[in-house]
Amino acid sequence: MSLMLEPNTTQIKEEKLYQQMGLTDEEFATVEKILGRTPNYTETGLFSVMWSEHCSYKNSKPVLKKFPITGEKVLQGPGEGAGIVDIGDEQAVVFKIESHNHPSAIEPYQGAATGVGGIIRDVFSMGARPIALLNSLRFGELETERVKYLFKEVVAGIAGYGNCIGIPTVGGEVQFDASYEGNPLVNAMCVGLIDHKDIKKGQAHGVGNTVMYVGAKTGRDGIHGATFASEELGEDSDEKRPAVQVGDPFMEKLLIEACLELIQSDALVGIQDMGAAGLTSSSAEMASKAGSGIEMNLDLVPQREIGMTAYEMMLSESQERMLIVVKKGREQEIVDLFSKYDLDAVAIGHVTDDKNLRLLHNGEVVADVPVDSLAEDAPVYHKPSREPEYFKKFQQTEINLPEVKDYKETLLRLLQQPTIASKEWVYRQYDHQVRTSTVVSPGSDAAVVRVRGTRKALAMTTDCNSRYLYLDPEVGGRIAVAEAARNIVCSGAQPLAITDCLNFGNPEKPEIFWQIEKAVDGMSDACRQLSTPVIGGNVSLYNESKGTAVYPTPVVGMVGLIEDLDHITTQAFKAAGDLIYVIGESKGEFGGSELQKMLMGDIFGTSPSIDLTVELDRQKSLLTAIQKGLVASAHDLAEGGLTVALAESTFGTKELGAAVQLSGENLVAEMFDETQSRFIVSVKPENKESFEAIMQDARHIGYVTSDSKLTITDQNEEVLLTTDTNQLESAWKGAIPCLLKSKA
Amino acid sequence: MKFAVIVFPGSNCDIDMYHAIKDELGEEVEYVWHDADNLEEFDGILLPGGFSYGDYLRSGAIAQFSNVMSEVVKAAEQGKPVLGVCNGFQILLEVGLLPGAMRRNESLSFICETVPLKVENNKTLFTSQYEKDEVIQIPIAHGEGNYYCDEETLKGLQENGQIVFTYSGKNPNGSVSDIAGIMNTKGNVLGMMPHPERAMEDLLGSSDGKKLFQSIVKNWRESHVVNA
Repeated sequence: MSLMLEPNTTQIKEEKLYQQMGLTDEEFATVEKILGRTPNYTETGLFSVMWSEHCSYKNSKPVLKKFPITGEKVLQGPGEGAGIVDIGDEQAVVFKIESHNHPSAIEPYQGAATGVGGIIRDVFSMGARPIALLNSLRFGELETERVKYLFKEVVAGIAGYGNCIGIPTVGGEVQFDASYEGNPLVNAMCVGLIDHKDIKKGQAHGVGNTVMYVGAKTGRDGIHGATFASEELGEDSDEKRPAVQVGDPFMEKLLIEACLELIQSDALVGIQDMGAAGLTSSSAEMASKAGSGIEMNLDLVPQREIGMTAYEMMLSESQERMLIVVKKGREQEIVDLFSKYDLDAVAIGHVTDDKNLRLLHNGEVVADVPVDSLAEDAPVYHKPSREPEYFKKFQQTEINLPEVKDYKETLLRLLQQPTIASKEWVYRQYDHQVRTSTVVSPGSDAAVVRVRGTRKALAMTTDCNSRYLYLDPEVGGRIAVAEAARNIVCSGAQPLAITDCLNFGNPEKPEIFWQIEKAVDGMSDACRQLSTPVIGGNVSLYNESKGTAVYPTPVVGMVGLIEDLDHITTQAFKAAGDLIYVIGESKGEFGGSELQKMLMGDIFGTSPSIDLTVELDRQKSLLTAIQKGLVASAHDLAEGGLTVALAESTFGTKELGAAVQLSGENLVAEMFDETQSRFIVSVKPENKESFEAIMQDARHIGYVTSDSKLTITDQNEEVLLTTDTNQLESAWKGAIPCLLKSKA
Repeated sequence: MKFAVIVFPGSNCDIDMYHAIKDELGEEVEYVWHDADNLEEFDGILLPGGFSYGDYLRSGAIAQFSNVMSEVVKAAEQGKPVLGVCNGFQILLEVGLLPGAMRRNESLSFICETVPLKVENNKTLFTSQYEKDEVIQIPIAHGEGNYYCDEETLKGLQENGQIVFTYSGKNPNGSVSDIAGIMNTKGNVLGMMPHPERAMEDLLGSSDGKKLFQSIVKNWRESHVVNA
């Protein structure tokens, strides 16, 4: 029981206690001006958490405005729990990605698990049935015991939550780089399906309607989690462990089923997840969006611990809770519905017309503040931006790679780089099949999940090559979106829209802010050109430890629509004798490439370039060829370039290999560079002419063979490389388990 | 033939089991909530996978006390086919319809992948459509599938032909004698860790699980014709 007396208004002001909660002097003065008085302790807490970067986007708002957010199929853009895109037949897909970086750095299992839990709630709070999970993970190099521990525990946390709740984890990406050593990134994405008629919003309409609290009880966990997420990690971050929440996937499973039953009831007015800033953000935002107010009696809030103060209840981030608004007089129906699942559903307040959030506790009014001031009036900062010195230098730096002599050895080593190596060790811990709709499992370019009862399917992926973004955030931003679309197209889908998770360092540093601006410029450009608007997402700043920022990592989560199950295409070669084509020519671009990193130990120079007109043209042609049934397999060229992509296309086929002839002058570039907008496809011989007529940029380079050998020759038929694909595959598969076992 | 898919709080393969029966087999099927107290109208009982009651305490430990479980035991005693998959198998062990116990996988990690299974006994009402020693591809997805029993029990299982499926490739979880699925002595209760309901369509990678459900239906039809 808490016996500490809360500081009074004089102490808060004179001892500047608001600073500990993350408010600046100016912000505190603004709060006083809004209220016309000094806020009490609870009110100061409400403002500090709602005005944190995590909830208010006060540093990123001016930049986020640049994203294109509309499109003819967009039914819901940013601003609600998750965005929604029409997929025809009165159905829609709902998706969003969110970060849980800071909690995962401190308590990796629970941090990752609750990240998954939170994003699932965002999706089902829209009324959608969650059908798939993806993630995007970044860790330091797999060399220290600490990084290995973080990696293992984050994966276990994602598995623990997703497996239990029964939503398949179908895809994702994991990359390793020293910049993430002290500050791993854990981004989780959830995709849901909904019928148009069931779309719900988090809005508190109808004066007199009842505000109900449903789900798990409130405890003291996660207090000020959103504020914690809005500062740099430091030496003392371990002490913030209590700011990390604890997840209960079983509770959330019950909550999903209960809420999806609730969605069908006409008693429901609005519903929102109690995520970051818990009861505070859900109540303030629901009221603000509806232009109403809310009064709540905190004595009625289901509590897990005794003696909780108003401050603690409002700032708790206990998991698996939702706030709903129901029509007055219908409360008992809701109580009955939730009791079937042994869940609490308690009326704790009502909608008012005074646009205030008023809180009662122990018979007193403990907070009374305008909802708009919490949800809308956070200060917006236009941070100074400055081009970093490193960028200027890199623009002038020539990349002189050491000579590559042994192509086979180079390929073998590339396949064992953790970023390229098979992630089977990760995804075999995830139940990726539950709900029996996963057509393409983790490991291909994009995961594919069918829409039961139709011929349609959804392709989904997460992507971001942050090395390119570090070298050039604007070009890298374009590439991140384009690469995601490439993966979607390779699976046979039309890209629909994206959700993004902008992971950056401390925006108060002008060089970091410059990275954010440029990355968003590049992404916006690509989103416009590829017709994939941003329908929602999340910003995670202050990803720094010991003063060093992570690489700029704006993760792109993209979903595409496959019109017919017959269009589903995977990266693996299908039959000996099929023709192998490469689409797009190498330009000898090695900046930020896996080969550069491997041979030189670091990345530098300029990022690969990208022409979005060429990109779009190739994607459109390839999708047409796939839809016409002319393509047997398709795979995009990414880290490690053409040779790695060829090897990967033989993996999982047991006996298939490839015999390929290269014609260029610069063979190392042909084989390993990372020029953008390129694909490897295989085509049945009988489809040769029809395919070539559609795909003008395609160059026929060889054949799929039946000898489980990868052979590459030059234009004089000199053998550059010949190797057993099973040997390549076992090296590729064994790399991560091997690194995890080896002693640092 | 009419199937019941028993749904506990935390079950999550209930929908897969339901669609396997309804869409792929074309038989009647209904979800039955854990508090039901009558299963008379059903001809076959399916306990699906998932995390009943969060698997808190121990997999299946709490579910065994659900209201519906005494009805499941009754159905088993009446000779109705009872199939428990994954968490359903764990519950059958906990309630004592099958012998032995489940431990965590040897790797201590959850494993999800498609594995080869060998049909050890095809003279059962669950496997009559398979050939003996046939190797089939069926997905597994579990963290606690490391089946254990003492030597005497194992001897009994072997002598009575109660071992229905074994892992034919590398044993994924460390189970005794590579056991993947066992039945009771009477032959009408089968528990297995792999998920046949996930192997019903080639689109999803394998349809090798279909014969298991077809066996149940065929045997039920035949015994029904005889009894009628």
